[in-house]
Amino acid sequence: MTIQFKDETFRGDYTYKNSDWAIKRFPFPFHEDSYMYSVNMEQHKGGPEGSIYEKRFDVDEHYLSEMRDRAMVLADDPLRCQSLPHMTLAGWDLLELIMVSKSEDYPDMFELHRDGDQWRWVNKPMGIDDSFTFMDETTLPYGPMEYITRQTQGDFAVLDQRDDNLWMDAGMITTQADWSLDFDIGMNFFEWHAPVPKANEMGIFIRALKFLLNVQQGAPARRLNWTMTVNPLLDTSPENYHKWGVQKTELAPENVGEKQHLRVELQTFFRLPRSNALVFPIRCYLASFDDLMTVPKWGRRLHRVIRDLPEELATYKGFIDNRPMMLDYLSAYDDGKPTSDGIWPDLESEPERS
Amino acid sequence: MSKFNFPESIRSRPTYGTLEARAGKSHLFVADAEGAEAIIDLAKTDDSLMAKSHVIYIPKDTGEKYTSQLEKLGINQLYVGPSFAAAQARLQRTLERAHMGLQLYLTGTEGLMGQAQRDAMTAGIPHTAIQTEHRGSIGRRMQCVHCKGITEDVKIDPFVCSHCGLNLFVRDHYSRRLAAFQAVCIDAEDPGNVPPSVELYS
Repeated sequence: MTIQFKDETFRGDYTYKNSDWAIKRFPFPFHEDSYMYSVNMEQHKGGPEGSIYEKRFDVDEHYLSEMRDRAMVLADDPLRCQSLPHMTLAGWDLLELIMVSKSEDYPDMFELHRDGDQWRWVNKPMGIDDSFTFMDETTLPYGPMEYITRQTQGDFAVLDQRDDNLWMDAGMITTQADWSLDFDIGMNFFEWHAPVPKANEMGIFIRALKFLLNVQQGAPARRLNWTMTVNPLLDTSPENYHKWGVQKTELAPENVGEKQHLRVELQTFFRLPRSNALVFPIRCYLASFDDLMTVPKWGRRLHRVIRDLPEELATYKGFIDNRPMMLDYLSAYDDGKPTSDGIWPDLESEPERS
Repeated sequence: MSKFNFPESIRSRPTYGTLEARAGKSHLFVADAEGAEAIIDLAKTDDSLMAKSHVIYIPKDTGEKYTSQLEKLGINQLYVGPSFAAAQARLQRTLERAHMGLQLYLTGTEGLMGQAQRDAMTAGIPHTAIQTEHRGSIGRRMQCVHCKGITEDVKIDPFVCSHCGLNLFVRDHYSRRLAAFQAVCIDAEDPGNVPPSVELYS
């Protein structure tokens, strides 16, 4: 289909909205009526037609507005994009991966023409047509990682692999769930996850790292993660927490459906060919509670998950104070009927209405 | 004895041991304040160590208390300086010129050890090859995650950022690259509601 790109904001007047199409393909992250941490990895080799899993790097109606928001974040704080000196090669790997994937998956929007190391990249939605020499940084307006991730939705952590560990040595991080690249850059897998409660004791990180160290070229993996955000704010960074934190207190019974958003991260993992680095795109999807309630299965399930979530997790995810208000809203959408397995809306197999 | 047993914490938080003399031709010590005690203790365990050692020492608020004792240890090269910042160029040059096999010992406050470790890592020494021993103040070097300014020797929680003035709480999350712990606004969700400060580990 042809995507109708929206002109919308993720700050100030918050005009961000999902179309019906975007709601139906929203990556609802709960495959059952409860939630606990797990190493919920699967292969990232496509998915149902039109779903966010179908393409290697999903492009949707929010593309142009998200890229504009990213440019604003970077203008305010250039430290959101950093690459340690040994990571430049991984940046070229990433540029190649995205350009090849997008030009193959969306030929009507992106073109890549290669003649040896002379490359031409056309990004029609953003009006970009650049020719450059592959592996020659002086021929691009930014470093290779920054150049391509200014044109690709989602955050990107580029992880070096050495000493049987992964190291957060480069990244473009402007839509993060409250962690700082500038602080965490250079840390290993266990260190940057250190503030996450419970998961360490559960052995989650040891198993996740083992899996990730073995991700092979051409066999990417994926998982979903989630949290809650008041207002469709992409930049929930610790850097700006003193500005956006107060928005959590603006939630009220009459606006919770509109303001409270489920924030879902599609996390994918690709091995990069020259550097042997691992790129970890973290793509953020936002849906308001009102959006989600248009799918009856999701209404029932979200109520049950949020109601039964351990206090520690609700605290870590930052919504413990607002949970009672969220549950008041959500309980009206839970009629007690059973829900089908899996994350999909399953609108055609709704239980009989009584 | 000025050692403090830090309670177990998250995995990014540094841990410290007790300095031990290692085999080697050249030994570099960087210490501040009560860190001198660790050097004095170590010197007692190995008669030949100090004659092969370069010591960079910043007394901070201990004044003359330890310098006269250090002077009696027979240290090959002893430098006593007014601050880490003043000593840093000397440290960096020493690290640049060091040969393979240099043994590095850091002791004193967390801020001193962290900053010396950062310079050593920049010079190519893996952080796992560096010995550390905490002595003296439990004051921390904190980075404000909001304005990025560093506040040295923070001993209370919450504290006021010395750069932007926000009220910050002290986290155990630590960056070796910044040689600092992370500090985050404590009253972002309820501006002005700042609990009274307490001493760290009190």
